[in-house]
Amino acid sequence: MAAKKIAIIGKQCVACGRCVRECPLGALSIYKGLRARVEAQRCVGCGKCEKVCPAAIIEIKERQVIPNAEKALV
Amino acid sequence: MQKKRWYDYLWIWSSVYLILGFFNILFAWLGLICFILPLMISIVWGNKAYCNHYCGRGQLFELLGGRLGLSRNRKPPKFLSSPWFRYGFLTFFMTMFGLMLYNTWLVVSGAPLREVVTLLWVFKLPWNWTNTAAVAPGVAQFAFGFYSVMVTSTILGLITMVLFRPRSWCTYCPMGTMTQGICHLKHGKDD
Repeated sequence: MAAKKIAIIGKQCVACGRCVRECPLGALSIYKGLRARVEAQRCVGCGKCEKVCPAAIIEIKERQVIPNAEKALV
Repeated sequence: MQKKRWYDYLWIWSSVYLILGFFNILFAWLGLICFILPLMISIVWGNKAYCNHYCGRGQLFELLGGRLGLSRNRKPPKFLSSPWFRYGFLTFFMTMFGLMLYNTWLVVSGAPLREVVTLLWVFKLPWNWTNTAAVAPGVAQFAFGFYSVMVTSTILGLITMVLFRPRSWCTYCPMGTMTQGICHLKHGKDD
């Protein structure tokens, strides 16, 4: 069954990488030192990254509000 | 739980650095590694691997605030990670760094050595128990200035660690801002 929720990274990401280390599924990575990004297929929206993000810019949202969430890297 | 790697213990280096500087200010020079390495990594490889893996200070805050529970774990205010605050703080930090270099130059040019560690750019702590006779006064002056910068940023990091989340310092760390800026220049704005 597909996950209903997903982590969304805000624009003010500082690319510290704290969320990457916390993610139990390896769904997060730091893209070219610019920002964290979520691999939509892996993320189950558990919210662990949201709790540790030092900038508090990660939100857990319902998947249906994100267009093409199953295909795109959010 | 991810397997621990050698770089997960770099918090020890950060702690030892602060302690060594307390006993002999000349160890402050070692802190240059924490300045040069992140810049090199971002310039050469175009990433923030230093922040992501090798930042001992970040790990130390994580340990103190997270595992030892010294952080209130509250969401930090949004302005802390906003570009204007981050670049504003970077500008301020670099200005103070420039002033520190200017003071070093004054001592190199013959001004008397000031054996003082300045905390938070205001509070001057007499630091005259260190024997700096073995080196040139300019070398010692830079050590005093650089140690002041390192201790000041650690204090700021500890304050935001306690008030907000353990690694809140990372959101406005001047090195993090600089390296991310370099990555922006290297890779373009974003994809």
